[in-house]
Amino acid sequence: MRIDPHHGVVGRAAPRTDALAQAAGGLVYVDDLSYPGMLHGSILRSPHAHARIVSMDVSAAAELDGVHAVLTGADLPVAYGLLPVAQDEHALAVDKVRQVGDAVAAVAADDPDIAQRAIELIDVVYEPLPVIATMDDAVEVADEPIHGDGPRDNRHREVSLDFGDVEAGFGRADHLREDVFFYQGNNHAALEPHGAVALVEDDGRLRLWSATQVPHYLHRIVAKVLEVPEHRIRVTANPTGGGFGAKTDVFAHELVAAKLALVTGRPVKIVLTREEVFYAHRGRHPVLMWIKTGFTADGEITAMWFKTYVDGGAYGSYGPASLLYTGQLQTTTYRIPAYRFQGVRFFTNKPACGPKRGHGTPQPRFGLEVHLDRAADDLGLDPVTIRERNLVRPFSTTVNHLRITSCGLAECIDRVVEASDFHAKRRNLPSGRGVGLAVGAYMSGAGLPIYFNDMPQSEVLLKVDRGGLVTVYSMAADCGQGSTTMLATVVGEALGLEPSDLAVITADTDLTPIDLGSYSSRVTFMAGNAALEAAMRLADLILTAVADELELDTDDVTLGRGVVVAGDRRVPWVEAVRMAEARWGLLTAAGSYKPPKDIRGDYKGAGVGPSPAYSYSACVAQVDCDPETGFVGVDKIWLAHDIGRAINPLLVRGQIEGSVHMALGETLMEEQAFRGALHDGPSLLDYKIPTALEMPPVESILVESIDPEGPFGAKEVGQGPLLPVMPAVANAVHDALGIRVDEVPLRPDKVLAALRDLERGGEGRFGPTELPPYEFRRPLPVDPPPELR
Amino acid sequence: MLRLPVVRHVAPTSLDEVIELLAGDGAMLAAGGTDLVPNLKRRQYPEAKTIVSLRRVAGLDGVSVADGGTIRIGALTTVARLATDDAVPEALREAAGAVASPQLRNRGTVGGNLCVDTRCHWLNVPDTWRQAAEPCLKAGGEMCWVAPAKKICWAVSSSDLAPAMIALDASVRLVGPDGERTAPVGELYRDDGLVHLAKAPNEILVEVIVPAPQGRRAGYRKLRRRGSIDFPILGVAASFRLEDGRVNDPRLVLGAVASSPVRVTAAEELLAGRPLTDALIAEAAELAGKSVRPMSNTDLTSRYRKRMVPVFVRRLLEDLAAD
Repeated sequence: MRIDPHHGVVGRAAPRTDALAQAAGGLVYVDDLSYPGMLHGSILRSPHAHARIVSMDVSAAAELDGVHAVLTGADLPVAYGLLPVAQDEHALAVDKVRQVGDAVAAVAADDPDIAQRAIELIDVVYEPLPVIATMDDAVEVADEPIHGDGPRDNRHREVSLDFGDVEAGFGRADHLREDVFFYQGNNHAALEPHGAVALVEDDGRLRLWSATQVPHYLHRIVAKVLEVPEHRIRVTANPTGGGFGAKTDVFAHELVAAKLALVTGRPVKIVLTREEVFYAHRGRHPVLMWIKTGFTADGEITAMWFKTYVDGGAYGSYGPASLLYTGQLQTTTYRIPAYRFQGVRFFTNKPACGPKRGHGTPQPRFGLEVHLDRAADDLGLDPVTIRERNLVRPFSTTVNHLRITSCGLAECIDRVVEASDFHAKRRNLPSGRGVGLAVGAYMSGAGLPIYFNDMPQSEVLLKVDRGGLVTVYSMAADCGQGSTTMLATVVGEALGLEPSDLAVITADTDLTPIDLGSYSSRVTFMAGNAALEAAMRLADLILTAVADELELDTDDVTLGRGVVVAGDRRVPWVEAVRMAEARWGLLTAAGSYKPPKDIRGDYKGAGVGPSPAYSYSACVAQVDCDPETGFVGVDKIWLAHDIGRAINPLLVRGQIEGSVHMALGETLMEEQAFRGALHDGPSLLDYKIPTALEMPPVESILVESIDPEGPFGAKEVGQGPLLPVMPAVANAVHDALGIRVDEVPLRPDKVLAALRDLERGGEGRFGPTELPPYEFRRPLPVDPPPELR
Repeated sequence: MLRLPVVRHVAPTSLDEVIELLAGDGAMLAAGGTDLVPNLKRRQYPEAKTIVSLRRVAGLDGVSVADGGTIRIGALTTVARLATDDAVPEALREAAGAVASPQLRNRGTVGGNLCVDTRCHWLNVPDTWRQAAEPCLKAGGEMCWVAPAKKICWAVSSSDLAPAMIALDASVRLVGPDGERTAPVGELYRDDGLVHLAKAPNEILVEVIVPAPQGRRAGYRKLRRRGSIDFPILGVAASFRLEDGRVNDPRLVLGAVASSPVRVTAAEELLAGRPLTDALIAEAAELAGKSVRPMSNTDLTSRYRKRMVPVFVRRLLEDLAAD
């Protein structure tokens, strides 16, 4: 049922409810927590990328004054992993280390200095093993695979799918184009490093605070690894100083802090150093990709073949999903009548990759959007036309069985093209300056939970007290995106109350009902819908009670702003609430949300990609390049985003601007690079993030397609706006200098190499040319949906 | 966050005490601490036992102009002050304004920036990382990982102020146990990543003396990835006077291409006495590019950084010619 806002709460640009506290240092981050008798934990990490642990002597550490406990792998032997299909991690290494930075042992001590001295006293004897540092290494037969014992086991997962007749599609094409791209990995670089505090409560239950985006998954895994029943554990997600996906996995320090608290009976805190954050990683996967597309002379896509080679690092993490994401969402922006996707994820002895803003989709989106720009050049079309020829239709089904509902992509393109004066500028700006266009789409929440179940993905509970206060209970973890404000706004709008007049209790497994977590841009759509359902039920209880009390028809009783309008009377909210409590007893209402089932196909892999709604974005970038230094400056970004409905336009714009900043970092400088298997510079000095000086003005344009299933019509904005920025900049660099840097980041030295290639009569390209010698399985044929057959 | 090693911190009020304390085992001098503290946290100075602060010694900060135009800059003058003080020549203000970030410029000092330790991406990393890599020569190991053939440390001179000071013919006043001496800024440095300063550890840089500019044109340009925060991966300082349209007393100094600032005397000789034409500038720039060999030990590739030398030299000289 579509519900339109009419109280003026939704749609109002308002600061976050905690904006002042956040700006003034009032938010309580994990590192701010302190408890009497609290111990400090420290983790000994592997200096080897791949080695067998021959022996370990912890006696000197254990005997050090001020040390209360020492843990090794034997104390936490249960394997875990976020995905049920990837249970390949241990809190502390058992037998083997697989990356520099793997946790090997841990101590709890009176202060951090003693803890550090103690771990330095732990004597570990390693037997180094051959290091698999690159995907080229990982393709080879391995004597000692990183996991498993098969000769080819460094291939973690493979997918090979055929939707429709790809060869026939290529056969009827007038033009075929192939391109190869490489997208370097990068870290989330959230300013707050990960941290956790654990203690044992008076009733013997374990309490764990963590800087996490996924308190529910953390809860489950702590229970599993510590072998303590879930009901004996309480997990709280503190406000985080940025997540971006970094805090959607479960990490050694969380499990170790909890175990140390159980062992010592004392509160224990562990906060990671920046170096440890780079080793914990779970950031963007490096992806090498190959694309072949057939086009008609008019630029219509006849078929596409997409191959991705994904460097996973040392563990599975979200990898099986990440791999599928490198192939699944290409069809959400363009009608692709026949599509082959082949992808493989390798294990390498480097920090494990995982989900970062855009999870697995920015890499193929970069390739696809640059590839299309070049195809347009080949065919003598402009970049707008080739995209418009192929735009996905609203309320359709893609060849890989994704259900598309509202889609404002055409309007997004129109708006950025017009606002930027794209047509007039393209090919007409002075040398060194140029414009580029690209688009993207993202999920408003993953259609399926991480572990299979038929229960709701989000639940919200409302409770009203006699003072009129409505308290909203939700496990949604605010990772900076403003989900707490969103909940207050949705419930406030539904009940005619100001968001600031509500209380919102979040992210506590004792107090709040399920929300699966702040990942896949799911919270506004899913927790928002659950909150809206709960609020509508609560409204119904109150309106019925007021109608009964005043002997009116329920149709004559409605909610106004802070009042119940009952016939010609205006009953103040508090009075109405009291009437309802007298009528019903304790006033509570609950709402739940579960995505519809008909949004996906039934092939293996179909669980990744479906979403109840997709957001759409289009971007124009204008660049100013220095052909002598190769520096790419970005003058301006225009970004139009189909948000469905902007529940809070200020927060929507904040997410767009934040996405642009992150995207420009990835495009121009950020890279999780390695010297062999050693991180190239695990600090925020060496890992380059754009400063305010590199940040151009951003013109954000909100397009409201009013999604039929979103709360008040809303869709996501946390991730989608990032996607088109990287290829828009790359396309703009081509317009500016006539070169193609088919590799992210577009470092100055690569720009100069491409320019040199151009000077020497080449095509002016820098980028990969070869693919790893890897034979994919024969693709599994999947029939397209009936409408596309 | 990384923890500081446990060290003693002392802050005497007289230079004599500072000098005496610095003679002690494991004593290290601190002014603003912006270089020392992160290096300590990364355990780059395992010998450090006592941090001797200069900050309570009076009379070591401030900028003054003497009769005749000589500019005296106290060692404890903040980099931020140098960047904004009208009495300071523009080239120095440019160089100071390019140092680190606003916060660090507020804390960092002129003396500290001149003495800033050499840097290398095998060294300026946490000690746990260095253990994984095996410590390099400067970290107490046997080999330099940048150029393993020779037992030489190639860590990079990373001061923005030094090239500009040398280009302006500035001197430093040093006070030590045997009294004081004055030396040209260029003579403060050795081209050795391990021991980069040509002064005794308990000699203290107390003042910089910049001669009156007297019509000298000067400037500083810096290559780095971002517009703030980053250390130089190339610094170019140049100065000269134009007399009757000809270059007089040219100075061209490169930073961040070796373990000390590098004067490009070949280019200076080429420029001296000639009219500053575009062709001459281009020739001097090429000479500068050929005179240095940056190593793969900091941000971006050594090849790229070498390629940028003539570009940056040419641009600076062109700007100065047009002034």
